[in-house]
This record gives sequence, structure tokens and C-alpha cells, in this order.
Amino acid sequence: MEPRIGVYICHCGSNIAGIVDCEKVVEFAQGLESVVVARDYKYMCSDPGQNLIKDDIKNLKLNRVVVASCSPRMHEPTFRRACQDAGLNQYLFEMANIREHCSWVHEDRDMATEKAKALVSAAVRRVYLHEPLETKEVPVNPNVLVVGGGIAGIQAALEFADSGHQVYLVEKEPSIGGHMAMFDKTFPTLDCAACILTPKMTTVGQHPFIQLMTYSEVEEVSGYVGNFKVKIKQKARYINMDKCTGCGRCQELCPTSVLSEFDCGLGKRKAIYIPFPYAVPNKAVVDPENCRHLKGLAEGKDVCRLCQKGIEKKGVPGCEAEAIDFEQKDVVVEVEVGNIIVATGFQQFDPSVIYQYGYGRYDNVLTGLQFERMSNASGPTGGEVLLADGRKPESIAILHCVGSRDENYHKYCSRVCCMYSLKYSHLLREKVPEAAVYQLYIDMRCAGSGYEEFYERLQKEGVNFVRGRAGEITNLAEAPEEEGKLIVICEDTLVRRKRRIPVDMVILSCALEPRADADQVARTFSLSRKADGFFLERHPKLDPVATMTDGIFIVGCCQSPKDIPDTVAQASAAAARALAMVSKGKVEIEAAIAVVDEEHCAGCKICIDLCPYKAISFDEEKKVSRINEVLCKGCGVCVAACPSGAITGRHFTADQIMAEIEGVLV
Amino acid sequence: MKYYTYFPGCSSSEGGAKAYGWSTRAVSKVLDIELVDLDDWNCCGSTPYSSVEELASFCLSARNLALAEKRGLDLVTPCSSCYVILNKTNSHLKQYPHLKAQVDEALAAGGLKYNGTVRVRHLLDVLVNDIGYEAIAAKVKRHLDGLKVAPYYGCQVVRPRFGFDHPEFPNSLDKLLVSLGGEAVPFPLKTRCCGGSLIIPEEALALDLIGKILNSALSNGAECLITVCPLCQTNLDAYQSRVNQRFKTRFNLPVLFFTQLMGFAFGLSEEDLGLKTSIVPVERVLAKYL
Repeated sequence: MEPRIGVYICHCGSNIAGIVDCEKVVEFAQGLESVVVARDYKYMCSDPGQNLIKDDIKNLKLNRVVVASCSPRMHEPTFRRACQDAGLNQYLFEMANIREHCSWVHEDRDMATEKAKALVSAAVRRVYLHEPLETKEVPVNPNVLVVGGGIAGIQAALEFADSGHQVYLVEKEPSIGGHMAMFDKTFPTLDCAACILTPKMTTVGQHPFIQLMTYSEVEEVSGYVGNFKVKIKQKARYINMDKCTGCGRCQELCPTSVLSEFDCGLGKRKAIYIPFPYAVPNKAVVDPENCRHLKGLAEGKDVCRLCQKGIEKKGVPGCEAEAIDFEQKDVVVEVEVGNIIVATGFQQFDPSVIYQYGYGRYDNVLTGLQFERMSNASGPTGGEVLLADGRKPESIAILHCVGSRDENYHKYCSRVCCMYSLKYSHLLREKVPEAAVYQLYIDMRCAGSGYEEFYERLQKEGVNFVRGRAGEITNLAEAPEEEGKLIVICEDTLVRRKRRIPVDMVILSCALEPRADADQVARTFSLSRKADGFFLERHPKLDPVATMTDGIFIVGCCQSPKDIPDTVAQASAAAARALAMVSKGKVEIEAAIAVVDEEHCAGCKICIDLCPYKAISFDEEKKVSRINEVLCKGCGVCVAACPSGAITGRHFTADQIMAEIEGVLV
Repeated sequence: MKYYTYFPGCSSSEGGAKAYGWSTRAVSKVLDIELVDLDDWNCCGSTPYSSVEELASFCLSARNLALAEKRGLDLVTPCSSCYVILNKTNSHLKQYPHLKAQVDEALAAGGLKYNGTVRVRHLLDVLVNDIGYEAIAAKVKRHLDGLKVAPYYGCQVVRPRFGFDHPEFPNSLDKLLVSLGGEAVPFPLKTRCCGGSLIIPEEALALDLIGKILNSALSNGAECLITVCPLCQTNLDAYQSRVNQRFKTRFNLPVLFFTQLMGFAFGLSEEDLGLKTSIVPVERVLAKYL
């Protein structure tokens, strides 16, 4: 059938029409070969705009459509659908990007108009050669995998499981809760973090549709959207989870004390321990690096086992539930899911690399998380703010932007530090009311519901706000009032003077940074990372939840630093997205994939190793390569690599691309 | 034998830090280092000049680099100021084409051309990284057992980040001391400014800085202080009495070039190292090792 092409030029309000003379482009398009009609309209993506196309398809018997407007990433699906509604195969459509590629980046009206014409001409020549393609559908497995048991993962798991579908929640640590479980209160409402988090944690632990896998890590992901296969390693906990009652006797008996990770090194835990009082699951775990028995076993000796046996002489029994099992080994389980939500979180920047702040050298220089633990009633000091020697501090400085907004470490703003620093100030005013509190900031960034009001409240609570980044913390006194103090040296940029502020305690509001294992996680889940190291979303504004891999979502601080409300919102969004796919029940597979011409395939197998999606296999009988239609993403690597030109990328054939290039050039 | 082109700079050739030059050569001989003077070298173009007439300063510096490029070896200097300006010129010529064009023109007038290939090194970097602590320890004849030394880096040798040591908390000199048998005392002001050339126009300010450094060294138990820069040595040594006058203190802390202490540990003679050129006498602390 002879091609009959309709061309539609969008004004995009003034976004395009402000720079490109749309009428001239229409005139130009009307003169192109096979173009039956060319029109312009204010907003092609609007209903009337789409109806224009639909009507023309019916009335003018169009069999090809070109829309010149924004990026195909934006509205290609919209116009493809419009074509389909009017009975035209969606692949007989082509989009010319005259906004991002033209009007937004040029200032000269005439030249921009010429460029728009060239882009339209290219699209017209290309669409001339388009062929109708049929999409395929595959069923979606209704289960979901959530990776990470912080507030992001917990929220996503609960939202999804409440719909009655199975969730596998995998957490690396022995308990869920993440960083939020460590916090004391939350800004700006000052809710106790545990009070609002523990009910959710318990619900996760008891939910009939959540299978909680703590102390576990995802090892391998294969498959594709709707049909992932996931291998999960459950690390040996040396505890029989069914038997352990969480009574805590084992940790009382254990003779080995080590610094507690949960208390950020301020407190101690045993080698067999329950991570914290409201841990979920509330079960013990053995730390193999410090357990005397496990270390002894490695040398062939049977030592200690006090937790198991108790102390016979004193008549103190060991674990009565007989839950301790030193024979346990790592186990790998495999699950099948349709969607994956990655919520692996962040880690706190290690401030010891900023030598001049003295973290690790001066006892009373703390990180933010350490202060959270100190201030927490279940923490190492029972919630009292104390110096290393047990005294109460008379003055405290809080330093903002430690590792953030600093080109030596992280250029980005960590978004939550201003607010949590304000929260620390408030807690300090409450717990040590006589103490002077200084907050050293660059700018106060308090954007969020109730945040600015909280800042104002703190100003009234008598906190000293000093605008200036601290240059150094030293214990070298230069005046009598500095003796025995830590002196924070900074430039107060409001009064334009160097200041020395003697204090007893310094809290470093450290940056949130990507976890050390982010690279490995990215590889496991085929994620990309941004320049700052966080995981890359599909679109920074319009799709901050999905990733470039269909069926894999990112939520919480693994995507970028964010506060709890934003994390919870994003987690719920991801659950909704996964649910939408489950409720649809099937997923459409892209038709623009690669196909092998078996006549020409020489069986060299070059394409097989190159395929990033493992979509190509070798047919040993016919000695040719085969492409799995479901796995192929149409990336084109094999097309370019095939030495005999036996592979064609559908919708990206050599003829189509050549025609497009010619269209730009003529 | 390791070979380098040597840029002595004004102070350690004929200036106030002659002993630095002597001890550098003496120590190099022991460690099988050949330092060949850069032929026809001129002023490095550093501190005071570079603040007044930057282009001229870069031209002076570039002339030295152009001369050194002919030999193709690393250019070593014992002076922190020379080290900084020569490195700065190298990086500025790469970074700013406009400046490069002007400097090229000036060099061409003198029949020279610079392609940007010379690596500028501080003597401390060469000794600890090319020669190494073990090789240095192997040459020690007078083990400086228990000598408590404040290792003073000054503000220039590790800043900005040229990379051979940490800009806030360097420890190469500390480790070198240990390889001589000495003990590096904790010294929080080890990279603090000595006042530099401000001692001339802003004496009060510089004396305050000098006093703080001496105080920090002394209060941490140092018997002497070593430096890697002629200007630091002059300020800390020659102006000690002035500090005492002004602040009513009684500092009497010997200030040596690190090469002098190395040479002493290697068993070299007092004359070779110019130990008598210091203003605060150094014999007192070294006598027990003779």
C-alpha cells in the first residue's frame, strides 16, 4: 500500500513556537513526498490534539504518522496509543524531537526553524519505511521482592502485602529497622522514632503475606520483568529461629564483649546477641568473628559454649530452648517474583578523613548517629547527654555539612542535616538546659511541611546560630576560658570575623552517602549509578521510582538522600507501581527487537557473549544463533557486531536509519 | 645511583640557609643520589614577587622549567617556596592557554621553549619515596635513640594537594625521623604557617605565629625541631629571641634542617652539615650521640 503520511507540528505552548516558526515547518512538510496532510496545533498531546490525528487517520486514510514535538521519552507512548485507537499499527508512527533537540537549545529563530524542518524531513523519510510490528504479552508473577528492611523497605513491603500478594523482604542485618531504628526522635514533630517504627516492624514480622529473610543477601537475579528468579543467601545465624524465644539469657552468659554497631561504638554487645530491644525478629545471632567457640572450631578446639551449656558449678542453665546450633551453614534459597523493589539505603560519611575535625582523636567529637544513640533512652547512656568522662557538657557545637557541599568529599547537599541538627539542638535544650548550643551552618535548608516553623521555634529556644563552616577543631587553648575545651575555629560570615568557640562537645552532622557495596548491588540488579554514586532513576522528575530495567524499582536513600516522609511516599509509590503490574496480570514485551536471518548466520557466536541481557542462545542442530524474544531489549549490540549482517534490529533497520540520515541532510 | 636536576634556590645556595645546601649535598652523597645543579638557573619567582607581578613570576619560573626540560630528569628543590611556585607554574600553564601564550612569548625572546614535561619534586618527597625509609635507616651510624623531635612541615610542602603527603596531617617526615632512631613528638601545629616573609612587613603577626609553633613543639616534649624549608628555619631560629622579648618567654629550641639531622645520624662531620650556622645552638641536644 502506498504510504500516506500525516505530519503534526506541536507548539508546546511557547516552548517550541517561541523559537521555531511552526507555520513554516508545516508549509515545508506539506511539500514532502507522500505527505498527505500537515498541521500545527498548540498542544498535540492534549485530547483535541490527539483527536486531530485520529480523525485524519480515518478521514484521509493515513497509514503513517509523524509528530514533531518533545522527546519520545515523554510522549511517544501517548501518540502510539492514539494511532492504535484509530486502527493504525503503533509502529507506523515516528516522532521528531523539536523541543529538547531544537527550540530549548537554540536562540536564533531562523536557524532553529531550519533545524526543525530537517528533523521533520528525517522523520518523514524514516516513517515511509516503517513496518507494522506486533507486541507480545507475558504473564506477571504476582510476588514481589523487597531488598532492604529500613523504613523504605518496610513501607513498600507492608503496602504491597496488604493487597494480599506475597512479599519476600530481604535484610542484610539480623534485624529490620535500618537507620530509623537507631534514631531518638524525628523532626519536626518530635515523634519518638521507635514509637512510630516498631508497630510497622512488628506488623512486618507477623504479616501473613510477608516472608521476612533477615541476615540474608541477594546473590543473583535473572529473568525479566514479571518473571525474575532470585537467589538469596541466608547467612548462618547459628540460632534455630523456630526455637529461640528471644529471652536474652545467652547474651548474659557470653563472656565476649565487643563494640556495638547499633550503638555506633558508644556501647558494647556480646558475641551472641539480640541487636536491640525491639528487634524484629527478636532472636539472637552469633557473631562468628568474635565468638570464642566458633573461632576455636576453626582451630579444631571445642571451647566456651557457655551460652549453650550455662555455668554448671553455679547451677546456671544455658539456652533452655536449645536454640543455639553451631553446626548451621549458609543456605541459598531461590524465589520467583514479578517485581523487585530495591531499598538498600545509605551509610553515614566517615568524618575521620577530615583530619582537622579531630573525629577519632578527640573523645567528645561525635557523629550525628552517635548522638542519636546517646540521646536515645535505650542507648548506651540511657538517654543522658554525657561527655566521655561522665560529666555533663556545658557547651556543645553542631557542625553542618560535614562531607556534604564540599568538593573534597561530596558536592551534593544531604538534605536532612539542617533539620536533624535543629532536632539535636532541641534535644540538647531539653536534656542539658544550662548548656550553650551553637549551630554552625552554611545556609539553613528547611524546606518541608512544618520545617521552617521548626527552625523558627529553635531560634526562640535560645540556640546560637553561627553562619560559617568550621575550619578546625583543636584542643590548643590560647586563652584561659579555652583551657580543657575543644575550640571550634570558624569564620562567622555574618559579622565577617574569625571566631574561636570553646565547647565541651562537638556533633558532626555527617553527609549521607551511597553504601560501600552500592556497586555490587548495582551489578546484581542491573542498576545504573549517578555521578554522586546513588542509583539512577528512570526520570528525575516524572519517574523517580522506576529504573531503566523494567520491573525493578528504587526507593529511599539508595536513590538520593531524603527524609522519612519522602522515603515513605516513594516506597508507597513503588508498591503501587508493582501492584499495577500485578493487577494487569501481563506485561507487554517490546516488539522492536533483534531477529536473526538463519540463512545468513554463520554460527560464529560473537553475538552470544556480547548480549547484555543473555537473550541469545545457540541452536546446536542448525548451528545458528537464536534470540529470545522476551529477553531481548532491542539494544542493537548484536546487530552492529554481526560480521555477516545476519541480525536485523526491528524498527531500526539499516534502510530506516539511512533514510533518516538522508532526511536530515537534504 | 639516582640522578636528578637540582634547583638550590636562593637561600640554600648563597643565602641564609647555606647549611641546608651543604647538608643536602652531603646526605645525597651518602645515599647515592647525584644532584646536578640546573645550569644558569634564576630566581624561582616565589612569594613576594608572585603577589606583585604574577606574569613576571610565572615567566621566571618557566625559564627554570624550560632549562630543566633539556635534561629530562625530575627537578628537585629543598625549598618549599620554590617547590610551590614551580609546581604552580606547571599546572597554570596547562590550565590557562592565555597565560601559556604570554609565557611562551617571553621564553622565545630568550631562545627557550617549555613543553610542560618537567616533574617538580621536593627533596623530602625524593628521600622518602625514591630512596625509602629502609635505605635511609641502613646508613645510620649514630642511632638517635630517644631524641624527641618536632617534625615541622610548614604550610607549603603539602599544599595545595600535590599528592606526596596528606595536606592536613602529613607523616612522611615523622616516619623519616623514626628511621633515624628518633621519636616524633605529637605536633598539632606541624602544618601551620610560620609567618613566611610577613616577618618583614608584619613582624608582630609573624612573631605570634612563630611563638605558637615553638610553644606547641615544646609543650609536647620536643628537644629540637626540624624543618624542610629555609624560610621556616630562619623564622623559627633567628627570631626566637625576638619572640622571647615580645612574649616574655624563654624559648631555647634548636631548629635544624631535616638534612642536617639525617647527616648527623649518618655520622657526617659538623662542618659538612653547617651545624654551627644555627643561632640557637644545636650541639646541646646532639652531644649525647657523639
